[in-house]
Amino acid sequence: METLLENKKKRKGPVLFSEYQQGESIKKTVQNKREYILRELKTSALKGRGGAGFPTSTKWMLTAAANSEKKYVVCNADEGEPGTFKDRVLLLEYPELVFEGMVIAGYTIGAKYGIVYLRGEYEYMLKSLQDFLEGMRRDNMLGKNIAGKDGFDFDITIRLGSGAYVCGEETALIESLEGYRGEPRNRPPYPVNTGYNGHPTIVNNVETLASVPHIIMKGGDWFKKYGTDKSTGSKLFSVSGDCEKPGVYELPWGTTINELLTIVDANKTKAVQIGGASGVCLPKSQFSRQLAYEDAATGGSVMIFNEKRNMLDVLRNFLEFFVEESCGQCTPCRIGNVRLLEGVEKIDKNEITFAYINSLKELGKTMQIACKCGLGQTSPNSFITILENFKDEIFKYERNGR
Amino acid sequence: MLVMEKNTLSEEIQELVVKYGNNRSALLQILQDIQKKHKHISDYAQQEIARLLDIHPVEVYSVITFYSFLKSKKRGRNIVRLCKTISCDLQGRNDVEEAVKRELGISFGETTKDEKITLEFTNCLGMCDQGPAMIINDRVYTKLDPEKAVKILNEIK
Repeated sequence: METLLENKKKRKGPVLFSEYQQGESIKKTVQNKREYILRELKTSALKGRGGAGFPTSTKWMLTAAANSEKKYVVCNADEGEPGTFKDRVLLLEYPELVFEGMVIAGYTIGAKYGIVYLRGEYEYMLKSLQDFLEGMRRDNMLGKNIAGKDGFDFDITIRLGSGAYVCGEETALIESLEGYRGEPRNRPPYPVNTGYNGHPTIVNNVETLASVPHIIMKGGDWFKKYGTDKSTGSKLFSVSGDCEKPGVYELPWGTTINELLTIVDANKTKAVQIGGASGVCLPKSQFSRQLAYEDAATGGSVMIFNEKRNMLDVLRNFLEFFVEESCGQCTPCRIGNVRLLEGVEKIDKNEITFAYINSLKELGKTMQIACKCGLGQTSPNSFITILENFKDEIFKYERNGR
Repeated sequence: MLVMEKNTLSEEIQELVVKYGNNRSALLQILQDIQKKHKHISDYAQQEIARLLDIHPVEVYSVITFYSFLKSKKRGRNIVRLCKTISCDLQGRNDVEEAVKRELGISFGETTKDEKITLEFTNCLGMCDQGPAMIINDRVYTKLDPEKAVKILNEIK
């Protein structure tokens, strides 16, 4: 492949990176009824790995129950959150897990079509992924009467994005697939009823789909052994920033931030950003918190900042990102992010009053409620948490040696 | 634009419509292919696409302006995109940026006089563990330093 990637092969992990024989989960799936698949998924309590954490079995059940001639399985490979690169590793090293997860989804909900929405930045993977799909077709793992099951037809196509972060939001992704601007829709109706071209559609993250074949082979109870009560299984963490060993790590949910920092060899850490630009920034005093949906939730991104980093610069980088990537459809997000960025510039020039800062924080809280989609609802998170957790540093007059 | 060029472009678009289907869902794929080949989507191409898909040309234009990889203005033969998101930033993106600017004599957002290279910033490329990263057309380069980045740019044809 034409890249200079260094994905370290031979990863070890309890769930996703555990032993797996290509094709076995499809063979087992077609010998069972769809109720069996749904039951195992429900037992596993698998939740969406993109960050929102919606129970996968519920999503599949709603789509399976929907009445329609056509149904779609969409794999959301529009991994755009700053600091996230787990899907890159999954698609390059474990494409069988992702695609077989889609086939199982197709069998369960009664869909014939699968679409992978691959972000434009990952176009270099396209050829190898298409070759892999071709191989699956040869092995009768895609196409007509899959794995000898009469009447089970399913095929997967890959569609590219064109560099829009907001298209990772499921309704924006569907708009994009339909050939429109990637602007999120009002919900309800949800894609499980009215999705791609008006047909019931499940949109699942790459990692969610990759977990499914393991759950089918080893059972929902096995999956539930890992993690915490509310966050079952394991998670791929994309670790970047100031540490000796950045990369993708598979760890059970419930691992504390301190444990993770030890594993990746991070020294003199001042702050950890959990969940990418849209996540929260935690100071040292909160490093004992657990990585889990119920505590420090993340779609996988963990960014580490050491004592030398200027947190105001970090915050400015995040807000510039949101100003660019806001789709501009709703006012709180379009204007709000610009106002927050202005605030950061003013803090940098020491041109602020605390009344102004407080009004910006209020604006951030308003955005969390008033924005139409997850982008605007989460973009103030970093602003609010960095200003709160690092106020000693940020409101110091002598900042940056001035 | 010469009449002959127009005819070739029309034929190209026609073939793409046959390949992807005569419906709205095909729009983004058609635009992506035209963008890839011509490095931009000209006014004429926009009108032809609109005509063949039976939608208003402004619809086509609105989609182009939404996506950062699609452009309506002519650009260089090679598009260089440097990641400016925080992880690459921490790993020395600024040094690479300055070196590249000096070497080519243009700023980001501009095209060299010989139309060989267009420089652009982009948001997260998903190479955060191997930054700073840039993408040239559809090939990724990681772990850049100023010297390495300039060497790669000089090798572009």
